[in-house]
Amino acid sequence: MFDGIQRRVVSMWFPRLASDRALRAYPVAGPFALTLKQKNAERVHCLNAVAEALGLHRGMPFADARAFCPDLQSRPADPRGDARLLATLARWAGRYCPWVGLEGEDGLVLDITGAAHLMGGEAALMADLGARLERAGFAAWLGLADTRGAAWALAHSGGGIAAPGDQGRALAGLPVAALRLDDDTVTALQRLGLRRIGDLEAAARGPLARRFGAEVLARLDQAMGRLGEPVAPLPEPPHYGDRLSLPDPIGRVEDVMAGTARLLEALCARLLAREMGARRLCLTLRRVDRGSQQVELRLAAPLRDPARILPLFRRGVEAADAGFGIDQLRLEATQVEPLPARQLSTRAGGLQDGGRLDDLITRIGTRIGLENIQRFLPADSHIPERAFQIAPAAWSRPEGAWAPPRPRPLRLFPPEPLVGQGAEPPARFRWRRLSLSTARATGPERIAPEWWFEDEAWARGLRDYWRVETHQGRRLWLFHTPQVPGWFVQGEFA
Amino acid sequence: MPASLDKFFPLRPARVHEVCGPSATAFAALACARTAGPLLWIYESWPAERLNPLGLAAFFDPARLLVAECRDQTDCLATAEEALKDGAVALVLAEISRPLNLREGRRLQLAAKAGGATGLCLIPEGMGSNAAETRWRCAPVCDPVHDRGEGADSTRMRWEIIKNKSGTLGFWDVRWDPAARRLDVVSPPGE
Repeated sequence: MFDGIQRRVVSMWFPRLASDRALRAYPVAGPFALTLKQKNAERVHCLNAVAEALGLHRGMPFADARAFCPDLQSRPADPRGDARLLATLARWAGRYCPWVGLEGEDGLVLDITGAAHLMGGEAALMADLGARLERAGFAAWLGLADTRGAAWALAHSGGGIAAPGDQGRALAGLPVAALRLDDDTVTALQRLGLRRIGDLEAAARGPLARRFGAEVLARLDQAMGRLGEPVAPLPEPPHYGDRLSLPDPIGRVEDVMAGTARLLEALCARLLAREMGARRLCLTLRRVDRGSQQVELRLAAPLRDPARILPLFRRGVEAADAGFGIDQLRLEATQVEPLPARQLSTRAGGLQDGGRLDDLITRIGTRIGLENIQRFLPADSHIPERAFQIAPAAWSRPEGAWAPPRPRPLRLFPPEPLVGQGAEPPARFRWRRLSLSTARATGPERIAPEWWFEDEAWARGLRDYWRVETHQGRRLWLFHTPQVPGWFVQGEFA
Repeated sequence: MPASLDKFFPLRPARVHEVCGPSATAFAALACARTAGPLLWIYESWPAERLNPLGLAAFFDPARLLVAECRDQTDCLATAEEALKDGAVALVLAEISRPLNLREGRRLQLAAKAGGATGLCLIPEGMGSNAAETRWRCAPVCDPVHDRGEGADSTRMRWEIIKNKSGTLGFWDVRWDPAARRLDVVSPPGE
């Protein structure tokens, strides 16, 4: 602990954080509950004020709650969303002091030592905090004291401010449950007649420690300030960005590239330290006339090698308009992905070739769009158009297992109608202004539509496919639709 | 009697070639089959006619293939030039829809020489560029004998070399054997 510095700690408790969050998104009049499935039963996770006033309580089976209160409205709870909200609130609370930590699942703790005067004093700070949270729709109880334990006790018993050094008197009348003890210990203390914190202070410490262990006394000492308890602030999310301000404006492509190289060195060192790779980079060129130009680079694979990234920027930098000159460069990795260190391999076709191909994809992608460079992946379907998928190459890996059950055409096109009758391929037909005659027909191969998809192209039902070799040479893939008679060409073989 | 196909067909590396005719896709697939390493197939996004990887699987493993879908012909050519110059892919196939002028053809040729990759342009009939190393015309031919059993399809084609910067012209009848992964030169059908 610091000697001579009076610490002041605010504890915030959100008694109905989850339901407040749900109701902020979709307000509901009347009793409302969030339900969570615990131990194979729907239980009440959180309630709004109206439902609490009706006598419902947390943890009760949802069926019972409905029986007590037939017009209870409910939604499923989202504990992860609540945790995200608490982290957001912690970031927001940074407007009062830099030292903000989480307190359990529904509370925050702020160390406002030396920061209260910025908001006009402690009372003004508390009033501002309360007013802003109320306006945002959150029920919050606030406690302010010298220690984290005392502030917690005040927040959980109705809120209040303990004057500096006065927590002993402020807490004396509060029940022992306000000391952050578990339920069994609280019950045991109450059986001994130690109902209030004041009673606990007055009791002899030796017998207490022998009976309850060190925990009770440690919590009491933390609340009274005899034992330190720090507030651990949340870690700052890592920032992958850097900037370079120049004393004189520059305009040549080489100069801008040299500046970018310096920024990339620093950025890639930071990425390396965290084993991350950049997937999307944004270079902002600020001009002397305050205009700015952005060069965005989307990479085909996560990357943190400056020598490989730098040449990829050249095309964008050449296209940028320097105007009267550029006096600030800013480079930021706007999207990063984990990129663990890998063992180098000397195997042929290993890492090095993959890297070259990825660089090529990136370079082409800056021109035609990264998602337009694709690869084929096999798909499990008999429908010719759905027997493969097209996936962007930058976000997929090649997969094997290409085993067509029967010969398939090299090219597919939307079905083109033919004049023909009967279930056998027509002996002579015209297709694309060619007059063709059938030399050999192999088939039929019947393919049924996938009824679980609504597909307009398959509205004619079953298809009997024939491979037709013509006297003129062309080898076509014809199909007949027996349900709605008709002949079509859908593909061409080698 | 024309010279042996072996002198011409695994296409001369680090050059740009052209192919036209109805069987141009099959010729391109065979060129892919005869090339080791990654492949890039560049086409425009508007034609409704699409490559079918299941059909290509009879010639080579489609896992090696990358496709680039370009907005227009200019993007196609720029992508082809970039890929040829880089050399990370062994074979670049570009589908061309308008006549190439000499400058465009020459640029592709220089890029291929610089990067060491082979290029193959699939052109409509009569739209080639003078800078191409070779130009082929490929058409399917009806196979009068069907000696490979039921269920097997003939892939007999007539390959004609109609332009060659460093050699003679000629024509061959060929057939691809998908089971043995072998290209057979067959004698032309008797009259």
